[in-house]
Formats: sequence, structure tokens, C-alpha cells
Amino acid sequence: MSHVPDVVVTGLGATTPLGGDVTSTWAAALNGESGARRFDDAWFERAGTFGIPVEFAATIKVDPGEVLTRPEQKKMDPSAQYAIIAAREAWADAGSPEVDGDRLGSVVSSGIGGLQTILDAWEKLLTNPDGGARRVLPMTVPMLMPNSPTAYVSLEFGARAGAHALVSACASGAEAIGYGVEMIRSGRADVVIAGGTEATIHPMPVAAFAASRTLSLRNHDPEGASRPYDVDRDGFVIGEGSGIVILESAEHAAARGARVYARIAGIGLSADGYHITSPEPSGDGQIRAMKAALEESGIARTDIVHVNAHATSTVVGDLIEARSIRGLLGDEADHVALSATKSMTGHLLGGAGALETIFTVLALHERQAPPTINVENPDPELVLDLVRDKPRALRDGQIGAVNNSFGFGGHNVALVVASV
Amino acid sequence: MAYSEQEILAGLAEIVSEETGLPTDSVLPEKSFTDDLDIDSLSMMTIVTLAEEKFEVTIPDDEVKNLATVGDAVSFIAGAQA
Repeated sequence: MSHVPDVVVTGLGATTPLGGDVTSTWAAALNGESGARRFDDAWFERAGTFGIPVEFAATIKVDPGEVLTRPEQKKMDPSAQYAIIAAREAWADAGSPEVDGDRLGSVVSSGIGGLQTILDAWEKLLTNPDGGARRVLPMTVPMLMPNSPTAYVSLEFGARAGAHALVSACASGAEAIGYGVEMIRSGRADVVIAGGTEATIHPMPVAAFAASRTLSLRNHDPEGASRPYDVDRDGFVIGEGSGIVILESAEHAAARGARVYARIAGIGLSADGYHITSPEPSGDGQIRAMKAALEESGIARTDIVHVNAHATSTVVGDLIEARSIRGLLGDEADHVALSATKSMTGHLLGGAGALETIFTVLALHERQAPPTINVENPDPELVLDLVRDKPRALRDGQIGAVNNSFGFGGHNVALVVASV
Repeated sequence: MAYSEQEILAGLAEIVSEETGLPTDSVLPEKSFTDDLDIDSLSMMTIVTLAEEKFEVTIPDDEVKNLATVGDAVSFIAGAQA
């Protein structure tokens, strides 16, 4: 192919711990609000005796029951419900583009899949030991499969160029957007609905993440628990929700007069090949991903003014990433406004990379970087300029930003977003 | 405790309504699951599973194909309770 299309973002959708759509989520983020809250009474009634050391999470703000019909809820695992809610918003936000279904793709990832459906079905057997198999719902398999969210998006919008679900733990949402960009660049599609989703706030996964010693135990202060780069950070806050973007070839968007938020200019992918959960300490894999994305983007280092960090609020991970950014940009890192939005949203796992891409796109579109909250005492080893508590204005002219997403397994995804 | 045919119809209508989004009062005995209520085979099996649980009966898979209408299902469930 002689001509590789530019890929732009023309629609945004989300349902998150901060709000039921992008507008409310972004407003809460700019306002420095936390989506973390103590579990409700029903949680403790069900799980109070298990000894789970974590008593809070960044649960979704708007219950899907408020926006979906009962049959929709019954046919979809919550992970797919969140994705459909976000996809509908993104599609409408893009102006419901007229596009041949054969040229429309769907790439919606989840890090874990339909876990609540799996656990519900297993519970049916455990609680009905005498013939419980007949209590297992026929929709269990289509609901639990990790490609279920992308399949439902494909069904709803008639996306027939391909429906994909890339799985790379907490990098899944960003990798999905990267793959969506590639679908358009390679000529397979003109428009792609892309993003990530997760719905694993359930006693079993919370117990399991706690067992891996990666969750914050700040039970006395849920809203202050996610504190990337603060000296007292002690782990991430599990979150849930979905972020979806509409990707479109620049030509297709221009031909229909679509509003363009930003351009996805570079994608960088790498693997650490080092440890199943710990990031490689030198940051080599992270740097390779960011470098590849930056080089592909053609944006000068001097024009990279913002980074939305993966920064989950773990002791080791935050600093490795900060050093990687410094390692990549050198002195140019001095003028990077670093934001760690998980301080507000919690960690949406497979939804995180997509939601943070939305934040990065909006930061460039509106020329303001969202804040990082809860940083009372910045880690002295942090070698970057952290945007704290209040949003910060970004300069005029051509600017770019990096969104980092890393996942258990050593997956590194960096997206370079450019202003338009 | 056995359910009356009226109770079974009401309960079944609730299950069908949750599955399809149709109002409960449109789930009438003469309605065909496939032709009138637009229920596919997977949805039909979901309805069967939920009905078995609700009415504490077993509806064998071989029997499901004979349940063309809502009334057929009500009669079968009523008979199976015994």
C-alpha cells in the first residue's frame, strides 16, 4: 500500500468510578475527585467473614441498570455492559458516522474477561449440589468469554471488518486502541470502535489481588489510598469501568466534516521478558515502547509536553516508570507535565489504558493536563514535574503527549497522541 | 406446593419479559415463542432454565421442541409439578 492513512479520534465514551459518561468523568478528574469508596453493607454481608484485607474499591459511579434494559443486563456480563454503555456514547459523540459495516471494526479488550459470570455459574453448582448443572444459564459461555464485549459492540454497530480483543492485563485497553489504529493504517477499516473494559470488583478477585500484595490497604482513607508518587503509597486501588474511542482515518473524518479531538500518531509495543508481575527494574522495555511510539509519531521531543503515566501507586512500579520517562526524554523531560490519573479513578485494569487515552486526548484538545491527587509528600526519587491537585495549562501550537500502559506479564504499550 | 396455571402464566410472563423486554401482558397463552415473541433457541433454553428453578420442575430438552406456545409451556409445567 502506498499511502498509510493518519488516524484521528472523533468520538469518546466512558463509564467510570468518576461518572457515567465522559463529560462527568472529565469534570470530576479536573476537579481532583476520587472515585474510591468503602464497600457497601451488601459486600460485607456477603464477604465480611473471608478476611479480605481490603475494604474499598473504585466502583462504578452509575449503575448500568440506570441505562440498560433488563434483557441487555441479563445477556451481558458487567464487563460487556460497561463497554456497550461507553461505545454508545462514543458513537453518538462521533456523530453516528455513516460507514459501510465491512469497513467498520471493533477492538474492545478486557484484561480478565467475564469473571463475575464465571463465578455466578460456579456458585450455582456449589449451592445446588444435587443436579445444579440444570441451574447454569445457557448464556454463561457467551457472557464469560473475554471477546464478549467486542462481540457485542460488533453486533450492535454492525462492525464486520473484524472484531478483536487483545489481552495484555492492564495494558489491554491501550493495546486495543493501538490495534484499532493498525486496522485503519493497513487498509482493513475506515472506522474502528476501540477501547477497554473491566468488571472484577468481586470478593474473589479482590482477595486474589490482595494475595499478590499489590492492593492498597489504606482502609481508613479510601479516597486517599491511590497516591502515585507519594512516599506513603502502598499499592493500587482496584477500579472498574470502560473507556471507548472512535478511531477514524483522517480522510474519512474530513469527508464527513467530523469534529477531530486529536490524532493517534505513534504506537509502541514491547515486552520485558523479565518477571510475571514485576516491571524490569532498568525500565528498558518501557523505554523501548515509548521510543518506538515517539519515533513513529514524528513528533519532536521538545513538543512532548504531557505524559499520562501508568503510575498505579505501587512502591516499585511508579519510580521505574518515572525513571524510564527521564531516560527517554533526558533534559526534555523537564517540560513534561506528568499526570497520574489513577489517583482519582483507581485502576480500571483492562479499561485503564483506554480511559487514560481519553484523558490524554482531552488534555491535548482542551490544552490542560489533569491533576494527580493525594500527593502530600512527593517521593524524593521522583525526577519529573508532577501536576498536583489542580489541572495545568498546556501550551499552544503543535504538541504531543504520551500515554503509558503496562501490564502483569511484562507488557508495555505507549501511545503518542498529537494535537490537531 | 403446586402452582395454579394462572400463577404459572404470570411467573412465566415475568421470565419472558426479563429475557425479551416485552411487557408481561403481551405474554399470552396463544403466543408462539418463536413467531410471536421472537425468541431464539438460546433464549428459549434460558427461559426453560429459569422456569425450572422457579417452579421446581424438570423440563427435559426433548420436551422443549414441543412447547410451541406459552400455553403449551404452562400446561407442561402444571403437569410436571405432580
